Amino acid sequence: MSPQMIDRLISAFFDTVLMVSASAGIAVVAGIPLAVFLVISGPGGFFPAPRLNRVLGAIVNGFRAVPFIVLLVALIPFTRLVTGTTIGVWAAVVPLAISATPFFARIAEVSLREVDPGLVEAAQSIGASRWQIVRHVLLPEALPGIIGGFTITVVSMIGASAMAGAVGAGGLGDVAIRYGYQRFDTTIMVVVIVILVALVSLVQISGDTAVRRLRAR
Amino acid sequence: MTGALAIGVSERSGARVVPDVSVRRIAGTVRFEGLGKTYTSSAGEVQALSDINLEIEAGEIYGIIGRSGAGKSSLLRSINRLESPSEGRVLVDGEDIAGLNEAGLIRLRRRIGMIFQHFNLLASKTVRENVALPLLIAGVPKDEAATRVAEVLKLVGLEGKEDTYPSRLSGGQKQRVGIARALVNRPEILLCDEATSALDPETTLSILRLLRDINRRLGLTIILITHEMSVIREVCHRVLVLERGQIVETGPVWQVFARPQHDATQALLAPLKRDLPADLAARLRPRAESLTDLHVVELTFAGEAAPDLAALSAAINGPVRLVQAAVERIEGHAIGRLVVLLPGRADLARLPLAARSLGHVAADD
Ligand SMILES: Nc1ncnc2c1ncn2[C@@H]1O[C@H](COP(=O)(O)OP(=O)(O)OP(=O)(O)O)[C@@H](O)[C@H]1O
Ligand SMILES: [Mg+2]
Repeated sequence: MSPQMIDRLISAFFDTVLMVSASAGIAVVAGIPLAVFLVISGPGGFFPAPRLNRVLGAIVNGFRAVPFIVLLVALIPFTRLVTGTTIGVWAAVVPLAISATPFFARIAEVSLREVDPGLVEAAQSIGASRWQIVRHVLLPEALPGIIGGFTITVVSMIGASAMAGAVGAGGLGDVAIRYGYQRFDTTIMVVVIVILVALVSLVQISGDTAVRRLRAR
Repeated sequence: MTGALAIGVSERSGARVVPDVSVRRIAGTVRFEGLGKTYTSSAGEVQALSDINLEIEAGEIYGIIGRSGAGKSSLLRSINRLESPSEGRVLVDGEDIAGLNEAGLIRLRRRIGMIFQHFNLLASKTVRENVALPLLIAGVPKDEAATRVAEVLKLVGLEGKEDTYPSRLSGGQKQRVGIARALVNRPEILLCDEATSALDPETTLSILRLLRDINRRLGLTIILITHEMSVIREVCHRVLVLERGQIVETGPVWQVFARPQHDATQALLAPLKRDLPADLAARLRPRAESLTDLHVVELTFAGEAAPDLAALSAAINGPVRLVQAAVERIEGHAIGRLVVLLPGRADLARLPLAARSLGHVAADD
């Protein structure tokens, strides 16, 4: 491998990391409130808002039903509006975040729903406000599940980011397709795969460790 | 509260101190007026409570007993408005709680502690953090909170467990954490929903003693739900029997125990009652068959002084042989049931206790 190629791989690696972390950050910031709202506004929740709950639920399902590659293309006008461009790392962050948020929100929602209603009741009985119940009961109690769900989200985003590479976003996927696939450079292909596998494993292992630590209490 | 409040779980003393009316506190009274509760669900309507009228005084331990589904939890949960009434009113310290806005409701709930059958402790927080939560939520300054948490943990006997997570505690210890959490806001009323139902008999007893101790030391009103009469007997001053959403019997515990009026009460008392010894029951015959046959008689008493055994013998002018006895004192009242063998000729009417013939047996074989 030429030194330029090594440089290219290194910068592609950081592009991927940047794309995934930026969109994962957005997915957390938007997904957790969304998940909390879906739980507390739904049937049996302590913040009933059935209509809004159904509307949001439908939107989330809609986004989840669209394959990422289609979303990527369909969102191009919106991406241009937000970032002013349709190529590069930041242009990929928009569709990645928009696809990861409903995905993560649904997983987080499941963990939040699993919190024993008795705990919510106990919090109500000590005079906790609804916000305090979310802050001190729902989120901390669901944390292991939320972290597990976040791990799954990040792993699937690493895969999706490679697809974003295909539309000119840069990153490891871009390198693999342009050099590995189109120029039949098997070495590059293998190196990219190894890097991706290592990245995914690192994410998975850190996530699992965090969950295990929390559950061991 | 001071360090002097540290609990010494004392052995059960016979007489329970009934709250002294002359020093009665105003804080901690609960009054139900025509309370009714109907649940509407997909399965239809369920009338959980109807026309409940009741006054619970400050500083007493009030027991609510009834079979599963009788409406006990619905009644208890209406006191801190975890459940809102369908009809009627609930007054806490004279105030109709239906009128409270969200801030008022939060203030009310800080005056009412609650403990649960399954403890409902946060798995993600240590004992200290669980107990501190009500103070954190109420915005109590950190150092004051720390002092108060230490005080209540001492009160419930959990010193040294501050940094443990609930999953590492026994059931009894978990309930002590629950009690500490319920007390840390210094409430006037403590609600207990089957607080001992998930515990073994020995732990149950220690938790009940703790509750009684707290009631005495802090003078708070305790309202507890159970489906076991033994729990009522152990700690309560007064009791209410609930059956299908209605009050079927109320009164001082000793009275309800001594003279249960309603079928539901009798059914609840049945596990505490002992049957006639099997060998005796097998030999029992409806009427005397020979002059030497002995008369099997059940004697009961309630509220009076414990019976004078010599007086029994003197009254019938013959021997009294004791076969079985269950005697106890509840709130200073003697309650008992004795099964005795009397000579066949003995005149039951002359006995100083309520007597009922159970049958006859042949004299010792
Ligand atoms: N949220 C609810 N929705 C519908 N029905 C309910 C609800 N809560 C209670 N009920 C019904 O109301 C009745 C009284 O219930 P409640 O929980 O007060 O009884 P309980 O005496 O506490 O019973 P247990 O000893 O089993 O706890 C029952 O028939 C129950 O099915
Ligand atoms: Mg109940």
